[in-house]
Amino acid sequence: MRHIHSSRLHAAGLQMAGEAGTGVLPGPGQPGFVPAPVGRRASKAPGENSPVSREKLRQSGILALQRVLIYGSALAVTGFLAGLIIYVVISALPALDLSLFSPVYTPDNVSLLPALINTGAMILLALLFALPPGVIGAIYLTEYTRPGSPVAAAIGLGAEVLTSVPSIVFGLFGSLFLVRFMNLGMSLLAGSLTMALIILPGILRTSQQALSEVPDDLRQASLGLGAGKLRTILRVVLPSALPGILSGTILATGRITGESAALIFTAGTAVNLVPGLDQSARTLAVHMYTLAGEGLHIPQAWATALILLILVLVLNLAAAGARRAMERKMRG
Amino acid sequence: MTDKITISGLNLFYSQNQALHSISLSIPAGKITAFIGPSGCGKSTLLKTLNRMNDLVPGCRVEGSIRLEGQDILKTGDVNQLRQRVGMVFQKPNPFPMSIYDNVAYGPRAQGIRDRKILDALVQESLEAAGLWKEVKDRLKSSALSMSGGQQQRLCIARALAVKPEVLLMDEPTSALDPISTAHIEDLCLRLKQNYTIVMVTHNMQQARRIADDTAFFWMGHLVEYGDTHQIFEAPKDEKTAAYVSGQFG
Repeated sequence: MRHIHSSRLHAAGLQMAGEAGTGVLPGPGQPGFVPAPVGRRASKAPGENSPVSREKLRQSGILALQRVLIYGSALAVTGFLAGLIIYVVISALPALDLSLFSPVYTPDNVSLLPALINTGAMILLALLFALPPGVIGAIYLTEYTRPGSPVAAAIGLGAEVLTSVPSIVFGLFGSLFLVRFMNLGMSLLAGSLTMALIILPGILRTSQQALSEVPDDLRQASLGLGAGKLRTILRVVLPSALPGILSGTILATGRITGESAALIFTAGTAVNLVPGLDQSARTLAVHMYTLAGEGLHIPQAWATALILLILVLVLNLAAAGARRAMERKMRG
Repeated sequence: MTDKITISGLNLFYSQNQALHSISLSIPAGKITAFIGPSGCGKSTLLKTLNRMNDLVPGCRVEGSIRLEGQDILKTGDVNQLRQRVGMVFQKPNPFPMSIYDNVAYGPRAQGIRDRKILDALVQESLEAAGLWKEVKDRLKSSALSMSGGQQQRLCIARALAVKPEVLLMDEPTSALDPISTAHIEDLCLRLKQNYTIVMVTHNMQQARRIADDTAFFWMGHLVEYGDTHQIFEAPKDEKTAAYVSGQFG
């Protein structure tokens, strides 16, 4: 039985097998020595029903199970995604029509073009409001506070908590504070400010992460050349962190594109192209919510979903391309 | 012979730990001075104090004086100007992730030089001084990160030279390089010392022997012995120096 013990250790790749073997097993020339089968040879030597082949069988069983689990999981994930996309495309097909892209919405054409453009305006405005304070705040936290400073810890904790607050809470705040108290009304401005609040913690945290990953070597090299701290940050640290900051921005854009609840409270559901910052405007997600809620234009709601999917895909591809171009420029 | 830097009674603390104990030494102009000693002996710490890079370390406190041509650098208000006069080359090549040209032009631009012709001339001059011009003159626009490790370190030297420093501090500049690149850098140091005062920290005693005019041996934050390199290696006065240079510890 001893050789079985030894072969199991070998099969498991344990280094101690050799040492244990010399200690426990009889060596060559000693009574009771059986040549220990090693690795693949182990399966050939003994007969069908020997313990060794059972061991081999057990291992190939584990391997097969592993394969089933891994490929099964991969298939489940990609299959679910593919199924979802196919279902959306099929459901959207009956409504896909050029009239969906008419410049003006009427109950007849159910155009989604105004909502698409409103979405773009919402993204640009929310980023405009959230990026500067988010990135500057991250610069403050990584470059100007000492490690372990209580202020930095408090801001970090605050940002972490805010990231996981449900967006409807921000929506209610926007509705009560921005729309009513600040008297902005249901408007693009109120909506984009609310979205800015929603994405701000995420932008702060991803930017902070990107900045802290810039090697200290580079800061020292710049300071060592007599460049000031501000110059070091603007010319060396920030450019190196830009790809990471861009990734955070893309996540934020996804959040803006997909938001509905908070925007219904603050930007409202006016269906046409937004004429100004102080006017109500619906984004694609809100448009889809309204169409589906009214129940009159279900295929058009699906078509909106399809356009939303394509929009998110295009944004992500563009960002990935931009990121690659930036990194290529730096790495050469 | 004139002294470029005069250190007297220098004590340095990291929070409660004293890393340097009453160091006094004078670094002559136009020569290579090597700091040697076992890891943790304070040689790199002393080097970084010479252009106040230690200011970046939280809890670092310095007593005593370091005079650069008579002016106490520990009391100067303008650290950036000091670092322009006393440049630094680091242990690991650390080029910026930008083009070769922009790397070398970084320091001059930080001084406010915008004129393209002046910058072009400075870049060429510095790269020539670092022995890199012929290799890179046709690809100044490509990223510095596409160069080999030895080229990157010479680029870092060129980058430091472009600021027109008087002193060049080198913190184990060849420890991350292969022997051929190391030989390049050593030759470069020997050429540069005509125009610059070089202070170099090295772990490699053969290197100190090959290129340094003067050598200072540090041990546990103390300056044990300082003198002509030949004397330090051939006829050390202190028994710790003798033990270290003969390879008995460190």
